[in-house]
Amino acid sequence: MPTRSSADLIVIGAGVVGAACAYYAARSGISVTVIDRGAVAGGTTGAGEGNLLVSDKEPGPELELALLSVRLWRELSDLLPPRIEYEAKGGLVVASDEASMAALRGFAARQERAGVKAEQATVDQLRDLEPHLAPDLAGGFHYPQDAQVQPALAAAHLLRAAGGQGSGGVRLRLGEEVIGVLTGANGEVRGVRTASGDVRAPYIVNAAGSWGGELARLAGVGLPVLPRRGFVLVTEPLPRVVRRKVYAADYVADVASGSAALQTSAVVEGTPSGPVLIGASRERVGFDRTLSVEALRRLAAQATRLFPVLAGVRAMRTYAGFRPYLPDHLPAIGPDPRVPGLLHACGHEGAGIGLAPATGLIVARVLSGGQLPLDIEPFRPHRFDAAG
Amino acid sequence: MARDRTPAGLVGAAPEAPFEITFDRRTLTALPGQTIAAALWSAGVLAWRTTRRDGRPSGVFCGIGQCYDCLATINDLPNRRACLVPARPGDVITTQEGHGHAELSV
Amino acid sequence: MPNSPSDEATDDRYSALYDLAVIGAGCAGLAGAVAASERGLSVALLDAAGQIGGQFYRHPAPPLGAVRPQALHHDWSLFAGLRRRLEASDIVHLAGHHVWTVVREGEGEWAVHAVTAADGTGERPARVRARTVLLATGAYERHLPFPGWTLPGVVAAGGAQAMLKSGLVLPGRRVVVAGSGPLLLAVAASLSAAGARVPAVVEASGYTGYARRPGVLAANPHKLMEAVIHATGLVRRGVRLRTRSAVTQVHGTDRVEAVTVSRIDRDWRPLPGTGRRIACDALAVGHGLVPQVELATSLGCATRRTEDGTYALALDALQETSVRGLWAAGETGGIGGADLARTEGELAGIAVAARTRGRPELARGGRVRELQRRRDGMRDFADAMAAVHAPGSGWVHWLDDATDVCRCEEVSAGAIREALADYGARDARTVKLLTRAGMGWCQGRMCGAAVACLAAGAGAESAPASPERRPLAVPVPLGVLGSLEPSEPTATPTGPSGQPDAAGPDEPGRPVDGRTRPSTAGPCKPAD
Repeated sequence: MPTRSSADLIVIGAGVVGAACAYYAARSGISVTVIDRGAVAGGTTGAGEGNLLVSDKEPGPELELALLSVRLWRELSDLLPPRIEYEAKGGLVVASDEASMAALRGFAARQERAGVKAEQATVDQLRDLEPHLAPDLAGGFHYPQDAQVQPALAAAHLLRAAGGQGSGGVRLRLGEEVIGVLTGANGEVRGVRTASGDVRAPYIVNAAGSWGGELARLAGVGLPVLPRRGFVLVTEPLPRVVRRKVYAADYVADVASGSAALQTSAVVEGTPSGPVLIGASRERVGFDRTLSVEALRRLAAQATRLFPVLAGVRAMRTYAGFRPYLPDHLPAIGPDPRVPGLLHACGHEGAGIGLAPATGLIVARVLSGGQLPLDIEPFRPHRFDAAG
Repeated sequence: MARDRTPAGLVGAAPEAPFEITFDRRTLTALPGQTIAAALWSAGVLAWRTTRRDGRPSGVFCGIGQCYDCLATINDLPNRRACLVPARPGDVITTQEGHGHAELSV
Repeated sequence: MPNSPSDEATDDRYSALYDLAVIGAGCAGLAGAVAASERGLSVALLDAAGQIGGQFYRHPAPPLGAVRPQALHHDWSLFAGLRRRLEASDIVHLAGHHVWTVVREGEGEWAVHAVTAADGTGERPARVRARTVLLATGAYERHLPFPGWTLPGVVAAGGAQAMLKSGLVLPGRRVVVAGSGPLLLAVAASLSAAGARVPAVVEASGYTGYARRPGVLAANPHKLMEAVIHATGLVRRGVRLRTRSAVTQVHGTDRVEAVTVSRIDRDWRPLPGTGRRIACDALAVGHGLVPQVELATSLGCATRRTEDGTYALALDALQETSVRGLWAAGETGGIGGADLARTEGELAGIAVAARTRGRPELARGGRVRELQRRRDGMRDFADAMAAVHAPGSGWVHWLDDATDVCRCEEVSAGAIREALADYGARDARTVKLLTRAGMGWCQGRMCGAAVACLAAGAGAESAPASPERRPLAVPVPLGVLGSLEPSEPTATPTGPSGQPDAAGPDEPGRPVDGRTRPSTAGPCKPAD
């Protein structure tokens, strides 16, 4: 017999974005049910490296979101257990030649005006910052605000903490797929249907990541979420060989690119558990997991170019993840005027871990009628409609 | 009864001349054609690595190159599978501590 | 047979386009390679080891001067025959090649990528191109953890056998053999013949299960004879077979000093108060074998659940996988032993020749029908055997929270249970993401079965929905990876194609385009 239950809010998706939405909503006294067809962190969150980056972002709405998130992650790191592996390690963007260094200088200057801390590093300073860096680089910029977290653990602990003291209460329903959105006479949200029954709530948040487009369809609206495939290489366990997140200046161009073709610019970083992560390639090939030897070759070549010492180190595994993105590379956050009661929190591309807390805070403030921390107009979910 | 039987006796082995290797500065005898792991077992050595977290001793488990329990530092190269690498005269084997890459730490 | 050291990646062994690349030089691979070569195909035979033979026909290297290697093997003459045919052929044997991936390179062409040297630490990449590929990568052993299983002196049953067969060494003087499956009798027989005392063979299943499939047994007299021969030898040497029992604790400080053997019920749950201590200085343990299929699943080959809860490749009547141009033989299609592997290898070799040479009549001859008949009989027997030895779900009761399940990353059973109970993990993959179990050097080969059972015990799905995904089948030095020939990405950039799969990136995912046939079988099957 179908079961019935109710809450103030249903969050669809138990990835890091869904967890952050549940956390901030529950903290404002809202009762939350989180539904996922799989496990916690089973989708793109589990494929992430845990980048909390401001360094790779042009001034604009996404950077504002990132700057807020970086502050929120720091707060969360005090509240959540150390097992989430939060590290305020900073980022280091390096230039291979003088032309690239000049471009980086211009980029950093624009970022600084938007509130980013960026410190120029000479060749000598690079060596102090990262002793194993290749000696023939032209220079770089150090971004002390960049940080890292272990994404799956962060999501799991956010969900645990969401149900803590002063909370409106959080229920987890894992392994349950949403198969329909329930609406009332005026088209307003009344809840969702899963294989094991209906769950009632006046609000639902679409935090379904790569499947956000499908969920929007279930609610009767369009949201053009597309997957962009990325491979990450994971090395054998090492001591701390790389202290920060280190990447070449070309990465910024790849992130901003709308091109479908394979782009790689390795971001190299150590982890508290030992392995060095090398990510990430970006290409639009649909949901195809087939190994791309060329993507791995480029990641390995670029990583060993930055850190020659890695040449003798073995890649133990690799994995592909699908970054959900929208055509203008901005996420969809906030209420959807087409369906009263429906909110979106998806399409964060490769930045979902970093942008999760700000996204969750916005969702909670929308629901509780609180003051919004920033202008969410650029993230309006219906902006891709002809009339939107 | 069991004492009379040996693996070499069973297959009628007549190995070529043995040679010396060292394990943690101790000199051991190995037979040509044996892996490092087999040579260490012959000398009664069952462990040649300490694990990363707990520092517990580790040696051959799967014996066929799948489990990586038998990683050893061989001639200063860490993380070599002792169950696959053939022993050569003069090989220097040292107990590998954890990841075996302490020298890379910054 | 041209055969030379494998460090040079520039010679013409790597520039040729072969008709067939065979991965694995065990029974299946050897039989397939010679069958194809004798029908006029150009064949490259890649294997990680320095010598042919695989695990079953593992034997001492020539300098050890073994004049009677057959003393450690059944049917040595069959292997010797395959070896003679290999030597007489123009098959290119690439020893010391550890294949890390196979990828499609355009229509009707595959690239097999390998790292070289005894343990894959060679400095140059090797790539072999071929029109078809035969996957004969064999199996590895399944393990279920128990308190004390990380103590030196506890070795895999197959590992003890392998070290003996190739290195002529024993892990101790008094070795208990334990776990489940027909391999245990063979291991006990070998260890004992080589001079070890084997105080007991501890088998978790009851052998009575075999009696329920009399037809299958009668059709496989050779298999039965093997068991009888092992059993007689063991009885003569005073080895006790204890069925429905398991090692539930290992004792010792620096190394094994004794084990506790407990009676278990039909569901493998230990019966309290039945523990008996047996003194020994080593324990050889294993719970069956797992087909090594990651090269195939990375390419989207469909799999099937076997009777004991592992995943094997789904194959057609001529050994082809669901992906055209990729064949498989031996344990990759389900655990079945050397005889079956040889039969399937030959069948696959003939089928590849028929396809490649455009002579379909080759695959319809009397020899093919005879091989198929033998294969089907042996597969039935193998399925019966797998069902008898499938792990029951009760074994998790002998596993205390403090025992490490993942040997590489040292993740305890308690940490795994916590991830399942408190942090929203539901399967082996999310357990891995939250605890690191399965993230180490072995990529979950040693702990995967146990983690899946623990996840099932916590109320999640009863078994993994698909085999583990390991896009890198073996570790690859970054310098080697970075020095590959640059190429255009082969995937065509498109919009979303098909449905997103539910599994995340990091295994066990659903194979791309692959289908997985459901089965109700274990591991952790409930008591029947």
